[in-house]
Amino acid sequence: MLDFSIMADAFPNLLKGAGMTGRLSILILLLGMMLAVPLAYARNAQSIWLHGPASIYILVIRGIPSLLQVFIVYYGLGQFSFVRNSALWPIFRDPFWCVIIALGLNSAAYTAEIIAGALRQVPKGLVEAAQALGLSWFQTQRKVTIPLAVRAALPAYENEVILTIKATSLASTITLLDLTGAARLEVSNTFAPYEVFLTAGAIYFCITTSLSWLLRRFEVRLSAGHRNEERRVKEFQPVLPGIPDH
Amino acid sequence: MNILSRRIAALGFALLTLTASTAIAQDLRIATEGTYPPWSYVDAKGTLTGWDVDIANALCEVMKAKCKIVAQEWDGIIPGLNAKKYDMIVASMGVTEKRRQQVAFSKKYKNTSSQFVARKGTFADTSPAALKGRVIGVQRGSIQDAYLSASYPDSQIVRYDKTTDVEMDLIAGRIDLLLANRVTSLLGFLKSPQAAGYELVGPEYTGGLLGEGNAIALRKDDAKLLAQVNSAIDTILSNGTYDKIVRKYFDFPLM
Repeated sequence: MLDFSIMADAFPNLLKGAGMTGRLSILILLLGMMLAVPLAYARNAQSIWLHGPASIYILVIRGIPSLLQVFIVYYGLGQFSFVRNSALWPIFRDPFWCVIIALGLNSAAYTAEIIAGALRQVPKGLVEAAQALGLSWFQTQRKVTIPLAVRAALPAYENEVILTIKATSLASTITLLDLTGAARLEVSNTFAPYEVFLTAGAIYFCITTSLSWLLRRFEVRLSAGHRNEERRVKEFQPVLPGIPDH
Repeated sequence: MNILSRRIAALGFALLTLTASTAIAQDLRIATEGTYPPWSYVDAKGTLTGWDVDIANALCEVMKAKCKIVAQEWDGIIPGLNAKKYDMIVASMGVTEKRRQQVAFSKKYKNTSSQFVARKGTFADTSPAALKGRVIGVQRGSIQDAYLSASYPDSQIVRYDKTTDVEMDLIAGRIDLLLANRVTSLLGFLKSPQAAGYELVGPEYTGGLLGEGNAIALRKDDAKLLAQVNSAIDTILSNGTYDKIVRKYFDFPLM
């Protein structure tokens, strides 16, 4: 039923597409993270002038489908002659940068929400203790808040990484030959969507699962001290009579 | 005697219409593209319309079939036919050898040619040598895509989902030229106000990878429907229906 020769023929081109998917994902996640950190601090700030705009940005971006955001940046901005005549046109002309801008802005909103949540999870008492010891705001952030927040944010961020990799498939709608784009081109040449899309799906699966596994390992390493502590607590727990042990 | 014969005649007639109606009561699903004006597009009211849609309806009327016409993205239109999502494709599809390996084609129902479109006065020569290093936009999986891929190896070919996307990027200046069906450009794109600064350039291209005209695609094992469609094409060509539909859209013949 499956024509393996079509899969084998398509594979090299799909791998090339996977390379593009990788480049897009890395740049999108980098741009997203760069914007997300200040956004997250602004979101948690007391001043309405800081947390107001940050909250609105996150609300708006999360409320619009990413496909539309890609179309707005690519087709929308290209419609205006002042954009086409500006110094930025070489960037907006290129579908590669359009995807990175659109999805990077998108990822920034989600990542900011994850980081802001993680920062809020850091117990107030620890921060106050650090300040009582005479640590400055920056020292408190570096030595107390950030290490704890990173640990808290990692599981949710892993999810964001996976979603971003899959979202790069939107690049295929604006002519880029990422993994999905390469697959669609192969389909239009071979008329065999089943074999080609299945192969592309398998490559996506390998990328996302191996990355997810790596991030999990990183997470475990970071929380190693934490785990031991938990185990110790468990070991010292007395077995109460009447409660079945399992 | 007279009454009896009349009764027999009436019975015979009833039987005839009964068998006739059971024989022709077939449901057909037809795919067209829906983003390819003026051939097939969705109008302001949201209904699927265009030249191909009118032709499909006329063929159904001749075949006395109950037809449902659906819009399908171009690069999945042949796989969808073979997956039995619909029974035939009426979408100005160019007949090529490669497609013939996948589907059966009806008689030709339209002649076609392809031509480049560019900003006025920018390109006179459209030979592969003259367009070296230029960016050419084309619809992915179209006959023009096959032609460019084979004949313009030194140009950068950018492939889009739909012709309307290619046209938008020509206006935006991301591509230097586009290659498309000549009539499509003439009556779809070049009639729009945004396309005022653009024109057809170079010669008309036909034949070879650009196909032997347009035909209706059916599944290869559907010989019965193919015969019906071919005879229906003959009928609308000879009884004036085809010309009437062409005149509705164009002031020149298509065959």
